[in-house]
Amino acid sequence: MGLLNLTAVQLSAKIKAKEVAVIEALDAALEQIEKLERHIHAYVTIDWEGARRGAEEVQEKINKGELKGLLAGVPIGVKDNICTENLLTTCSSKMLKNFLPPYSAQAVENLKKEGAVIIGKTNMDEFAMGSTTETSAFGVTKNPWNEEHVPGGSSGGSAAAVAAGQCFFALGSDTGGSIRQPASYCGIVGMKPTYGTVSRYGLIAYGSSLEQIGPLCKDVTDCAAVLEGITSYDKKDSTSVLRKDKDFIKDLKENIKGMKIGIPKDYFGKGLSEEVKEAVLGAAKELEKRGASLEEFDLKHVSYAIPAYYVLACAEASSNLGRFDGVKYGYRAEEFHGLHQMYKKTRSQGFGTEVKKRIMIGSFVLREAYYEAYYLKALKVRALIKEEFHKAFEKYDILLGPTTPVTAPKLGDSLLDPMNMYLGDIYTIAVNLAGLPGISLPCGKDKKGLPIGLQLIGDCFMDKKVLQAAYAYEEARGRFVPCIDEKLKSWHS
Amino acid sequence: MMRDRISDETIEYVAILAKLELSREEKEKILREMEKMLDYFSKLKEVDTSMIEPMSHLFDLSNVFREDQIEKQKKGEEILKNAPQVKDRMIHVPGTIEE
Amino acid sequence: MEKKYETAIGLEIHVELSTKTKIFCSCPASFGEEPNTNICPVCTGMPGTLPVLNKKAVEYAIAVGLGTGCSITQYSKFDRKNYFYPDNPQNYQITQLYMPICTKGTLEIETKGGVKHISIREIHLEEDAGKLFHDQETHSSFVDYNRSGIPLIEIVTEPQMENGEEVIAFIKKLKFIIQYLGASDCKLQEGSMRVDVNLSVREAGIKELGVRTEMKNLNSFKAIERAIEGERERQQKILSQGGRIIQETRRWDDEKGLSFAMRGKEDAKDYRYFPDPDLAPLLISNEWIEEMKERQPEFRTEKIARYKREYSIPDYDIEWLTENKYLADFFEKTAELCRNPKKAANWIMVETMHLLKEKEMEPKELKYSPENLAKLIGMVDKKVINGDKAKEVFAHMFEQNTDPEKYVEENGLKAVRDERILQEAVEEVIAGNPKSVEDFIRGKEKVLGFFVGQTMKVLKGRGDPERITQLLKERLKEGL
Repeated sequence: MGLLNLTAVQLSAKIKAKEVAVIEALDAALEQIEKLERHIHAYVTIDWEGARRGAEEVQEKINKGELKGLLAGVPIGVKDNICTENLLTTCSSKMLKNFLPPYSAQAVENLKKEGAVIIGKTNMDEFAMGSTTETSAFGVTKNPWNEEHVPGGSSGGSAAAVAAGQCFFALGSDTGGSIRQPASYCGIVGMKPTYGTVSRYGLIAYGSSLEQIGPLCKDVTDCAAVLEGITSYDKKDSTSVLRKDKDFIKDLKENIKGMKIGIPKDYFGKGLSEEVKEAVLGAAKELEKRGASLEEFDLKHVSYAIPAYYVLACAEASSNLGRFDGVKYGYRAEEFHGLHQMYKKTRSQGFGTEVKKRIMIGSFVLREAYYEAYYLKALKVRALIKEEFHKAFEKYDILLGPTTPVTAPKLGDSLLDPMNMYLGDIYTIAVNLAGLPGISLPCGKDKKGLPIGLQLIGDCFMDKKVLQAAYAYEEARGRFVPCIDEKLKSWHS
Repeated sequence: MMRDRISDETIEYVAILAKLELSREEKEKILREMEKMLDYFSKLKEVDTSMIEPMSHLFDLSNVFREDQIEKQKKGEEILKNAPQVKDRMIHVPGTIEE
Repeated sequence: MEKKYETAIGLEIHVELSTKTKIFCSCPASFGEEPNTNICPVCTGMPGTLPVLNKKAVEYAIAVGLGTGCSITQYSKFDRKNYFYPDNPQNYQITQLYMPICTKGTLEIETKGGVKHISIREIHLEEDAGKLFHDQETHSSFVDYNRSGIPLIEIVTEPQMENGEEVIAFIKKLKFIIQYLGASDCKLQEGSMRVDVNLSVREAGIKELGVRTEMKNLNSFKAIERAIEGERERQQKILSQGGRIIQETRRWDDEKGLSFAMRGKEDAKDYRYFPDPDLAPLLISNEWIEEMKERQPEFRTEKIARYKREYSIPDYDIEWLTENKYLADFFEKTAELCRNPKKAANWIMVETMHLLKEKEMEPKELKYSPENLAKLIGMVDKKVINGDKAKEVFAHMFEQNTDPEKYVEENGLKAVRDERILQEAVEEVIAGNPKSVEDFIRGKEKVLGFFVGQTMKVLKGRGDPERITQLLKERLKEGL
């Protein structure tokens, strides 16, 4: 258990100091997986042998002094919609059950170069469509804090694995909150960087104009280190942005005295639980004590973010998921008559209901006669929302609010009322529409002992400020005790 | 934007576009939820966007080019390995010419 | 009274650009390889892959736009056209619907009916699909993605043409512009230029156009002309019998001389276009356009006019030479160097073409330089070598770009000009053929040719036939 209490950066320091061997760190995580996987089910694929081989190779390079980075030797989990060369990448869908990508995502390549060791692929909502990891074709993931609750989604497997010590950090993807929301539910730190910061090459697309790969970590320092590791300008991604300020670690501890924090009133309205509200405002006060100034303001168009988001995300998804047709890779129906039936049977059997629904909505809104009414309108609202954020950032350095209106719901509850599940994305979604960086970090627990997430949002390319504010709060808050020690006892008794 | 219900014909038509074959229960469930979503989408009508340019790209990136230089990839075999049915290096599909 | 009808024809022409690589990935855009060898994760639509635009493809599109009098769209975008088909690996094609890169061009054509201007509605960039092969017996198809992602431009005209002659004139004009730019080889048979014909018929005098059909699979100028005639007749017959034309796509079968409706039972046509979020917009500045304008070549029409002014060669030669920009440029350089345009034209049109055909080579594969051809022409003009030897030298030069002067020198091919040697040769031949001399004196002038031949033989082919004839005539008069 000792090793598992270390953060990624702490662990790597011990490995580089030869106090811990890479294989020991890996074994600790694998042991935890063996103990807890049947309770949590955070992984879709565990690469037992590959991880061992990887650990040995990394150890050798560390011994030779070739690997000196902050993450050298750290065992990690990768969300299953991020391609890993010759390692199954399924998007938690029957459609890609047997898909072996001949390439790795650029973010994965970057981490491999840093000396991270991939343990396996983490569970998620099918094709990242969902907020609970319950739409996975390979079973639900449970919240390590309380297995009757969801871990959030769609990067629920990544969040649960980190929270349960089944890896030292994990990669996720965030299209409308899919990193921040599960991080919030699982009491860890998760960040969506500014759009274009991390290459999307190798991330199996859901909503291309909205999503980014990002870290799910034990603390803000890890988060900064991982983000620094995965950030790169990638010629293979035409929306990639050259970031010259990617030394996130270096400036992490900068003083926040004088930092202007805006609190959008619209983030504290109807639907927000009292407990969450209190915890979040309490966090704001902590930052104020450290020298930041607080001010409330209006962000009124944010209420239109959800409809605009679902029009755009479903439209892009309907096109992005067109390629899954049984021709080139993945699932193909066994019985069919002719080409069109092959398409229809393959797609109907290969996709789950939530995915089919979003493809239907996307195809519906993109019909030529309705293009202006839905898609173009949503693009205009998106422009308005971005403009509104832009104005806010003329006054404030950082915006502060809750990550989610409530803590992790019970398993099964959300899918009964999907509309309500979509509304739960209200605080995270606007950030994706405007391309902003946003982080979620724990700021308390509710009566049931479930974690509450604080969300900090920065202006585009101000990822550094977001991390600085988060670090300052983390320092003020003190150590957030992980769930696992207590849980293990109960599971073993 | 439409507030009225989605007709069966529309659902069938969209399913053809999306190449999906929905079971009756699935169709009913999806129809019900789609209608709710569309009602919700109609909220967008409240926003005055008459002076707003649609934003299809977040940043003012433009002219992201490659030079016209060959980089031969050796991934051909691995790509074909993923295909459900291959014959003579070509991917086998049901006939596309209808009788 | 029989009704009169009018025809309106518009064209949609796809042209494969001759870039080295595909439009959105670095795979070779070449042909003839084994199936699925020029492929990568991007052009096979593997999950997680992203397109990156080939700058050269954009430049070719701009160049063709400028060459056809189009305005270049300064801010344009790529859109996705969504439809399912196995040759389309992503099940969407990246194309330009809302903001095509060029709009509103025009080309002037000349036919028997006179000069006419045909408007071009737009030119847009898009990606080609893979190729499908069919096995009718097992009712299977097979996909090869080598062609998937090759850059295309699509040129769309207004329906302003009225007959096959105008259509052919338009296509030829366009073809020459594109070929002169080096943007494509525009081969109808091989599919690097694909012409779809939109045709509608209406009663004469009615302004509004009739319902149109779209004809595909037209692989030659002949096929285009026949298809137009066939479709015009078919529509006219339907209309004259009071029927209605259905808007549809038809496939022309040139062997049968008939077209057939292409029906997709399952296909609702709604492409759900939207801007591709994976590609950044194109911003084409005035500077870039100016730079492209400066790089535009002299096109064929201007070239023909200039040749007529500058060179005294027949119109036929001018038309012939300018059909291929490479040969035209080659001709110009040669003519300039040797100052004998007619000879330069002849060597290119006759000897060069003969060898190119024999060796199945393209003009741009020519190995010898205009400098060497000019030298060769100069040597003939100055009678340094005779015509026969010149052909021998040319054959060598064609293979190895040999310097003709050096070659003639090294192989002793220079024409014999020493009068004493010539006369000795003539004497030798006359002395050796007394009978033929008698024949000549008796008025059988044909034997002169025999004497010339014999003298050339003595001189090992290096004589000047003109001078020898002259010498022989003089000498023969004297008798034995």
